[in-house]
Amino acid sequence: MADPMRVRAAENGGTVDVKILMKHDMESGQRKDAAGKTIPAWFISTINVKANGKDVFNGQFGPAVSKDPFLNFKYKGAKGDKIAVTWIDSKGDKRTDEATAS
Amino acid sequence: MQRKLTLGLATGLVATLLTMTSSVYAQKSATDDIAKYREMIADGNPSELYEAAGEDLWKKPAGPKNATLEKCDLGLGAGVVKGAAAQLPRYFKDTNKVQDLESRLMTCMQVLQGRDPQEMIDAPFQKGPKKDMEAIVAYVVTLSKGDKIKVSTAHPKEKEMYDLGKRAFFFQGGPMDFSCASCHAENGKRIRLQDLPNITEQKGAALGWGYWPAYRVSSGQFWTMQQRLNDCYRQQRFPFPIYGSDVTIALSMYMAKTANGGTVETPGLKR
Amino acid sequence: MKITHLKQLLAIFGFIFAVGLVQTPALAQQKNDPKFNKMMQDSFRAEGIAGLNRIDQDETQKFCSDPKFANSKQAEAMREKIQKINMDSIQQPSDGKYIGDWKNGEKIAQSGRGATWTDKADTVIGGGCYNCHQIDPKEISYGTIGPSLTGYAKLRGYSKEVVTYTWNRINNAKAYNACSNMPRIAHFKLLNEQQIQDVMALLLDPESPVNK
Repeated sequence: MADPMRVRAAENGGTVDVKILMKHDMESGQRKDAAGKTIPAWFISTINVKANGKDVFNGQFGPAVSKDPFLNFKYKGAKGDKIAVTWIDSKGDKRTDEATAS
Repeated sequence: MQRKLTLGLATGLVATLLTMTSSVYAQKSATDDIAKYREMIADGNPSELYEAAGEDLWKKPAGPKNATLEKCDLGLGAGVVKGAAAQLPRYFKDTNKVQDLESRLMTCMQVLQGRDPQEMIDAPFQKGPKKDMEAIVAYVVTLSKGDKIKVSTAHPKEKEMYDLGKRAFFFQGGPMDFSCASCHAENGKRIRLQDLPNITEQKGAALGWGYWPAYRVSSGQFWTMQQRLNDCYRQQRFPFPIYGSDVTIALSMYMAKTANGGTVETPGLKR
Repeated sequence: MKITHLKQLLAIFGFIFAVGLVQTPALAQQKNDPKFNKMMQDSFRAEGIAGLNRIDQDETQKFCSDPKFANSKQAEAMREKIQKINMDSIQQPSDGKYIGDWKNGEKIAQSGRGATWTDKADTVIGGGCYNCHQIDPKEISYGTIGPSLTGYAKLRGYSKEVVTYTWNRINNAKAYNACSNMPRIAHFKLLNEQQIQDVMALLLDPESPVNK
């Protein structure tokens, strides 16, 4: 299983501020190693965030997003919301982590 | 005639001042904008990912003895991690030497877990057992964040390390005659657009010692202090400093003591 | 209260005061330290092209590793000696040409590569000039460890003296300042003659952007 994400969610005045740190090499497929060989592409393709089972964020990442991505967004929600973040990468690997809006 | 001359002089002066300030502004804004960018990304410091992994490794049984690191003494007692990094390097009675964080962790891994320190020393940075070390370092230093740097030279071996470190700081070598002091002994200097802290003074020493280990955005890696020193020596065109060797601990002692009173800001976020 | 022996008291205080004025702390060069030497020998290993001989210090490096003494009044004679040793080692160009191609000089000045343990023996070593100096005013990514070289020849002129001085300074800056922060470029074969001629052109060709 891929490395865990750090998910934090803080509610203030009806808005939940979500901060997600993902551990991923995000290889664009354009880089070459010291021997001159191309390092194969490997990156997060899609990311989905649900709050209490309902989609609040959907994103299509790709080779343009750099290593160890940090994502920050806000949605209309409440304290206690169960937040679930899932990403799928170009190799088909998946990772889900959860947090509660405090 | 007199008035024209004065007017000409005045215009010339204003023009000079404007061009001076605009080029100075261009310089200031280049480094200022970089500082602003760093502030913006400070919230998502990927060091946290390493810290989380490090906490798991601290509590996970490992090595031939299948033990955790939870009894490791980092100077404040067995298992006390909070505030320990802020007081390193220090003298340890059980090994009878001055140790920095990484050499002390190697001792704990050896004594508690039965892991071979030579494997750790030989491993390249960011690979193999060093990956574990980097994560554990991130965990330990996070638990000193906000504390004051408080390193002692009361023990004679600590004082000795400090003196050796100070001498090493000014030691010139290699085909470019570089010492640490070549870049880090003056105020207000920079290499390209990278500001250089003056490590011979408290303020600059705290900027250096207090902000490493750090996540280095340009390489996408978490660098411990040993790796930072290693790469400094590489750029000084020196031979390779052995991991955890006395020169690295002596320099750490010199920097930390000079930084005393400063704030621990690790894990940092660097270019 | 009556102060007896006032004259003697005054004489004693006067003596102490005078001694205090005359006696400057006798600064000496730092002593050779076997423990320090051992630490350095044991703490490093050879890697790639960087051998252990790189921490065998020559006279200049040894002297300049003690900046407190090296900058003191007592060290003046030694500074002159070090400067002379370095000046005597400088060779004027074998083809008598001082000025090369400034476009190439700019490339050399921009490159900070080479001579580290991750480089190969045939990695072309750069001048690393922008690390410490402002040169072409269009380049904003410059260091401030050394003085700005913008307008170099415009400010100093193109005389034979300026040309020779610049050649010497690039070849071995320690000929003029014993403990200059600048590497001894020719002494350690960081740049070859042709490359130095090109860097000279960057500074001394009237067509170079440095002088426009």
